[in-house]
Amino acid sequence: MTSVSEAPVADALPDWSGPLTPSGNLRRRAAVNRLVEVAAIAAAAIGVAMLVIVVTSVVSHGAKALSFSFLTTNTVGVLGGGIANDLLGTAVVVGLAAVIAVPIGILTGLYVSEMTGPGSRTAGALKLALDLMQGLPTIVVGLFIYGLIVIAQHKESGFAGAVALSIVMLPLVARSTQEVLLLVPGSLREAADALGVDRWRAIRGVILPAAMGGIVTGSILAIARAAGETAPLLICNSIFNPNVTQLNPFGHGVPTIPMYILGVFNNATGPESLTGAWGAAFVLLAVILLANIGARLMLARSRARMGG
Amino acid sequence: VAGHSRARQPTGIGDRVLFGLCALAALLAGITLVGIAYQIIHNAHPAISRFGLGFLWHTTWAPNFKIFGAGALLYGTAVTSLLALILAAPLGIAIALYLSMIAPPPVRAVVGPLVEMLAAIPSIIIGFWGVIVFAPFIQRHVEPALHNVLGFVPLFGPPETTGLSLFTAGLVLTMMVLPIIASLSRDLFLTVPQDLREGAEALGATRWEVIRGVVLPTTASGVVAATLLGLGRALGEAIAVLLVAGDLVQIHASLFQPGATMASLIGTQFIGPVNTLHVASMFYVAGLLLVIGLATSLLARVIAGRFDVQRALAR
Repeated sequence: MTSVSEAPVADALPDWSGPLTPSGNLRRRAAVNRLVEVAAIAAAAIGVAMLVIVVTSVVSHGAKALSFSFLTTNTVGVLGGGIANDLLGTAVVVGLAAVIAVPIGILTGLYVSEMTGPGSRTAGALKLALDLMQGLPTIVVGLFIYGLIVIAQHKESGFAGAVALSIVMLPLVARSTQEVLLLVPGSLREAADALGVDRWRAIRGVILPAAMGGIVTGSILAIARAAGETAPLLICNSIFNPNVTQLNPFGHGVPTIPMYILGVFNNATGPESLTGAWGAAFVLLAVILLANIGARLMLARSRARMGG
Repeated sequence: VAGHSRARQPTGIGDRVLFGLCALAALLAGITLVGIAYQIIHNAHPAISRFGLGFLWHTTWAPNFKIFGAGALLYGTAVTSLLALILAAPLGIAIALYLSMIAPPPVRAVVGPLVEMLAAIPSIIIGFWGVIVFAPFIQRHVEPALHNVLGFVPLFGPPETTGLSLFTAGLVLTMMVLPIIASLSRDLFLTVPQDLREGAEALGATRWEVIRGVVLPTTASGVVAATLLGLGRALGEAIAVLLVAGDLVQIHASLFQPGATMASLIGTQFIGPVNTLHVASMFYVAGLLLVIGLATSLLARVIAGRFDVQRALAR
């Protein structure tokens, strides 16, 4: 198996007779070098600036909308009231998606990493399938579930949306599980084998606990990704009563935060009527960014502990 | 890779059960891909048999007259994605070089995650910000300036009133693609062995000469693959583009005119289809998107060769 960290580079050695041969005067070379460094620093500044501009924009507009009642009352009409039912709806749909995707993703990662030998064809094909799945446009995933579930049931539902989101999450969970299992030392497996422990006991008792930090992190990141995903919900879960709390995703459309933002935008009459959408965007962004920061901190800690 | 002991055949009943469960889950992942292709083609069939391959270049999209062609959508997708790549690839590679070669470690530890965080912002929020804040800014300040300087090129025509245009869509996509290219390239640059870099430095190479002579040549295929993965993201983005592109299914010479992409069109019109052929045509468009997306992923994988670029995307 090839991976970034173990890649042999001998076959790609550069042409040493080329740009490394000192030519021209040293001052010119130093000037070119300086120019490139400044350009790289400027690029990094632009990248960070993009994040800062979007986040401050959302925070400054969204803070005006934020209040206790905004978070605890249901939406009234399309533009009025709060976002309590949309928050709960997002929790229900994304929670259901996680219930589907996380176990399947972990089992798939286990299969690739623990149950196939190195260089196995099956594992290679499976990794290819997961990569392709991860590269799918999410709106195409939405149309797939529309054809599979919505047309069959003659009805859009939170369940259909959740299944679509689970397809977005699955490759993320599987990939991160497989990656962290690579970091579990082989000596743990060999020790278990030497003791004559069944493989499933070893996985349950030794390997999974050692990898748990990374698996949880990967799942959190996948959930954060799904929480902001809009295209599949637009296709499979766009028909709902925006003013009620809908906790049953089966056979009912469920109002969600992304669809609330889109609804407010489509029905807005002027800049003032967008306040609710900014508030919802603020809440969504805060949750997603905090989940990301938390997951990264956890990952760093568990990597350090495993010496990865 | 800790090796030989992993391939052991399952023996006990518990082993068999776990093996079966895992194989089932893995099978499900494989079946899903096939299922997606089947569902899309099955539902697109009426449109495929009606319009055939001519669908690809006919530019009229008139649901009320049952005339559908994806030409204008392919054009919009190509223009926005190319614009995003032209801007994001150099910028992303420069950021990656800064993070891997130039920045001191404490700065690295802060700037790296910040750039990656950009990828975590949901498309609905980038799109909403784009249409309310960014598009008016572009329309007032950037488009007139470009028109004044480069107006003799038809691409840079006079600005419209809203700022909702393929140009703005391309810029918004740039923001979404940039963190992907930057973080994947940074990981690649970090794999260049220290010996090679130090060898070049010992020969008297400046940092730029090390980058040009050692770092970029040894990672070139991986960087191209990373850029292709960014392209895949740009091609398939529906929500952000449908908000900022202006939703007009026509081809105009000027980038500052509104337009639509394949994904954005499905996002706007799927909810209120006019007739069944309209729905089938949108599935046909989704099929094209699926083919282009899969081809991009596969090409990235082939080009990347020994680099396993996609692994880093899952983080």
